[in-house]
Amino acid sequence: MAMASATEPQQERDKAFAPVLKVLNGIPLAVWTLIGLLLFWEAYVRIASVPPFILPAPTAIAQEFRDYGHRLFPNALVTMFEVVFGFTCAVLIGVPLAVAIVYSTFIQKGVYPLIVASQTIPKVAIAPLLLTWFGYGMAPKIVIVILLSFFPIVINSVMGLRSASEEMIHLARSMGANSWQTFWKFRLPHALPSIFAGLKLATALSVIGAIVAEFIGADQGLGYLILIAGSNFDVARQFAAIICIALIGMCFFFTLEMVERLVIPWRNKADVSGDA
Amino acid sequence: MNAIPSPDSLSTPTTDSTPSQCAPHVSIAGVTKVFNGRKGRVQALEPVDLDIRRGEFVSILGPSGCGKSTLMMLLSGLLPSSSGRITVDGKEITAPNPEAGIVFQKDVLLEWRSALENVMIQAEIRKSDKAEAKSRAMELLSMVSLDDFHDAYPSELSGGMRQRVSICRALLHKPPLMLMDEPFGALDAMTRDQLQLDLLKLCRDDDMTVFFITHSIPEAIFLSDRVVVMTPRPGRIERIVNIDLPRPRRLAMREDPKFIEYVHELTGIFKSLGVFREE
Ligand SMILES: Nc1ncnc2c1ncn2[C@@H]1O[C@H](COP(=O)(O)OP(=O)(O)OP(=O)(O)O)[C@@H](O)[C@H]1O
Ligand SMILES: [Mg+2]
Repeated sequence: MAMASATEPQQERDKAFAPVLKVLNGIPLAVWTLIGLLLFWEAYVRIASVPPFILPAPTAIAQEFRDYGHRLFPNALVTMFEVVFGFTCAVLIGVPLAVAIVYSTFIQKGVYPLIVASQTIPKVAIAPLLLTWFGYGMAPKIVIVILLSFFPIVINSVMGLRSASEEMIHLARSMGANSWQTFWKFRLPHALPSIFAGLKLATALSVIGAIVAEFIGADQGLGYLILIAGSNFDVARQFAAIICIALIGMCFFFTLEMVERLVIPWRNKADVSGDA
Repeated sequence: MNAIPSPDSLSTPTTDSTPSQCAPHVSIAGVTKVFNGRKGRVQALEPVDLDIRRGEFVSILGPSGCGKSTLMMLLSGLLPSSSGRITVDGKEITAPNPEAGIVFQKDVLLEWRSALENVMIQAEIRKSDKAEAKSRAMELLSMVSLDDFHDAYPSELSGGMRQRVSICRALLHKPPLMLMDEPFGALDAMTRDQLQLDLLKLCRDDDMTVFFITHSIPEAIFLSDRVVVMTPRPGRIERIVNIDLPRPRRLAMREDPKFIEYVHELTGIFKSLGVFREE
């Protein structure tokens, strides 16, 4: 780094700042970028005196959180529930369906192509239909979350389960493994990394699903708040809600990442040596 | 000790007195294999006939692609033969034979299991006694000098170490019949020598029958009672050479004039088959 080519007085100054530098070094680079962007945003809004109904300053958004938190929080909980519940259902449907596709020729030939073809239908287009069927409560939102997120789960699980090598299956059969053992001890653990890749894709989609569903018809949730705030030209409130959505998405993704580390420990070990 | 057949018993078919004693452990009769691949029919094996006695060590030598692995897969029952008959202990092989211990050409370790767990899968699938299997697994792993790597995942092992784990896995259930497809191919020369000695000791202790595929002429001679030479594809048996060296085999025997004579003989066969071309 630059330290190597630094001249002597600079080096001494660096030494004096060493503890500070150490703390600063611990903060990820991305956080610095974010801080930079926020400062630039704040400065731009103030200098160019942008009206708050076009673009509020970060401090204004922070103020919004303080004043309006009591309304944001319960609505964020609603959205979070829709996301997590819908995602869980999608996993409970998607993974067993993938197993059925891999093991049953009928489902693989008769059902799987239809599932793939159905993905050409934009889910947003059928959302109003779901509202007429399931009413304005949480049910249609959860259904949309499931519809959006189950596909990558199915596709990735199928790919993972199919990717067991011929040699591995030979090994299983040579030991006299029955189909249940072959699945449980060979195919499924082999497929786990691929299944988790699908789950991670699905987290982002399930958040999108919940918000879109709330746009179309809801009386609570962050999507609903954004819609109301938009009709009132309350841009700061929209930003506050968007930040909540982003936080929900991030927490969800990182939780999944932690679970993955627990379930697939051999991957992490390999990754560490690969990175170094 | 094994009765080692003399070299001139090669041409004369052995007809022993009591059928129960001399019934071969493995019998291959008129076995062929045709693959229906993307490029049409591939004749991998022309009719092969071979009997292997109990406790015998038979090596298969042949050029790449001649059908050695295919023959082993047929013996294990993992692939069906196109014609002919294979029996083990007098029973025809129509399904995978769980009695056999198999070392595949690739190590086929399970990436999500540690070295020890990879060996133990054998016991888990067979539902054999856990504690007993574990102590044997530890013993086997230390035999192949992997004491310090019980907990290592396959991704943390070298190619040779991985292959050693797969050998331990195949040996865990004390199989009466070992099928080994170039098990020492990925090993360095020194580990290879040691493992050859270990394998011979195991064979003697457990009276194991071994079907051993290799590309190395000295390795085949050093280990075997008989060396089977196969022709280039489509493979068939060109010649069977009896190795009349005393047991237990010692590393020094590789300098023995008799040993070197066998090397010359086998090299000569491969030259006549056009496998070796010298200027
Ligand atoms: N599943 C398969 N489908 C089609 N052809 C195959 C298949 N498996 C093997 N073959 C063909 O059969 C022949 C023999 O293959 P095999 O793997 O038995 O050779 P090998 O003697 O073990 O060679 P090597 O020493 O390189 O391992 C090869 O020509 C190969 O192309
Ligand atoms: Mg082979």
